[in-house]
Amino acid sequence: MAWTREQMAARAAKELRDGFYVNLGIGIPTLVSNFIPAGMRVQLQSENGMLGMGPFPFEGEEDPDLINAGKQTITELPTTSYFSSADSFGMIRGGHIDLSILGAMQVAQNGDLANWMIPGKMVKGMGGAMDLVAGVKRVVVVMEHTAKDDPKLLKACNLPLTGQGVVDLVITDLGVFTIDKKGGTGMTLIELADGVTAEEIKAKTDADFKVALGSKQSNAA
Amino acid sequence: MDKVFSDARSALAGLVKDGMTIMAGGFGLCGIPETLIEAIRDSGAKDLTFISNNAGVDGVGLGRLLETRQIRKMISSYVGENKLFAQQYLSGELELEFNPQGTLAERIRAGGAGIPAFFTKTGVGTLIAEGKEVREFDGEKYVMERGLFADISVVHAYKGDTEGNLVYRKTARNFNPMMATAAKITIAEIEHLVPAGDIDPDQIHTPGIFVKRLVHVANPIKRIEQRTTRKRETVASAGAGEEI
Repeated sequence: MAWTREQMAARAAKELRDGFYVNLGIGIPTLVSNFIPAGMRVQLQSENGMLGMGPFPFEGEEDPDLINAGKQTITELPTTSYFSSADSFGMIRGGHIDLSILGAMQVAQNGDLANWMIPGKMVKGMGGAMDLVAGVKRVVVVMEHTAKDDPKLLKACNLPLTGQGVVDLVITDLGVFTIDKKGGTGMTLIELADGVTAEEIKAKTDADFKVALGSKQSNAA
Repeated sequence: MDKVFSDARSALAGLVKDGMTIMAGGFGLCGIPETLIEAIRDSGAKDLTFISNNAGVDGVGLGRLLETRQIRKMISSYVGENKLFAQQYLSGELELEFNPQGTLAERIRAGGAGIPAFFTKTGVGTLIAEGKEVREFDGEKYVMERGLFADISVVHAYKGDTEGNLVYRKTARNFNPMMATAAKITIAEIEHLVPAGDIDPDQIHTPGIFVKRLVHVANPIKRIEQRTTRKRETVASAGAGEEI
C-alpha cells in the first residue's frame, strides 16, 4: 500500500532537527508542520518576509497583513520576526535556512529538479523556488511517484529546470531515495512504503538507482 | 517642501507618462498601494512597464490596469492568480519577464543602492541564465543579474510621518522597502499619518530621504486571497500546559 499524503508528510518530518530553520512549500510540504515532534524547536520561514510562522488564525481573527507565501492567512508566535523580501532571500541564498521541503514535477538521478513550467501551457512563474533550491543547505522533495502513469523520477528532466543538481532526498508515495547531488554515488532507494516492493518501484521509475534498504539512515544527524 | 498630498491623484500629478517603468510594492494583495494604482489607472497613461512580484487578481491591484490595457510589460516572479493576465499574455498583447523572486528582490535592492549588477547562484543551468554572463567563484557557478531602477515607485506603508519616514506592518512589508529606494520618485500611501518625531527613530524601516510624496489613505480596503482558519479548541483542552 502506497503512503497517503499525511504519511509522506510524516516521513518528511523525520528530516527535521532541533533548532532548524525550515521553509515549507505549498501542498504536501505544508502538512509537514503538523508532524513536528513535541519539544522540538523548529522555526518556519515564509519567503514573503517572516520567520516563526504560526498556525492558521481562528475564524474572525484573520489579518490581511499577515499571510504566508501561499497567500494564506496565518498567525505570529513569540519567536516571530518580519523582514523585507530582500532580507528574506538573503537568508535563503546565503545558506542560513537549514532545510527546504517542496513539491516537484520531475527529479533526475543527478539531483536536477523541474517544478515550475510546462512549455505550451500557461506559465505561472517560479516564485521563490529557484532561490530556495539554489541556496538552502538541504533540499527534500515530496511528490507522487508518477504523474498518472508517467514516471517523475527520471534519468534526465525533460521539463525546464528549477535548479541543477540541487535535490538531496526524494520522498514519494512508494519510497524514499537519497541523491548524491555532487555526483559520485547517484540515486539510492533507501526505504519502501508499507507493502511496496523494490520491483514495483523499478517498474515505475525511469531513473537508474541502487537499492540499499535499511543499510543507510538518511536522517542520521 | 511639503511631502504630504491631499489625495492619490494630486500625489501623482505630473509624474505618470506613457511608456514609463513603475515599481509597485506588495506580495499577492498584501501590502499593495491600491489607491495609487487606481490613480495610475485614472491618469490614462499607457504602454507602462510594471515591476511587481505579482500582477494582482482580476479587478484588484494591477488587475485594474490589465482591464484598461495600460500595461505593456510585467517583470514579476509569479502571476498565477490572474485570468485576464493569461489571456493578454497568450494573445501577445502583454510582454512578461519572469525573475526568480529572490533575484527580483535583489535586483531592486541593488538598483536602489547604486549597484549595476551582481552574481547569484539562483537560476544557474536554467532558462533564467540564458544569454547572461556566468562566472565561477570559489569553484561554484554564478549568473550575472542587473540592478533595476524605475521612473517611479508606488509603495504601501502602515505609518508615515511628515518627513516621509515609513513603518510597514507584518508581512505587508515584502517588496515595499526596496522599491522605495529604487526609483527617481517614490510615492507612498500610508494608513496612518503622524507628525515628524512621533515615530521612534530606531523603529523606522524606510528613511524619509527615499520618499518624495505621501498620501494618507485611512482605513484602506484590504483583501485576503486565501482565507484560512482553524477551529477553536474546546475550553477544556485549551487552557493549561501552554505557558512557559
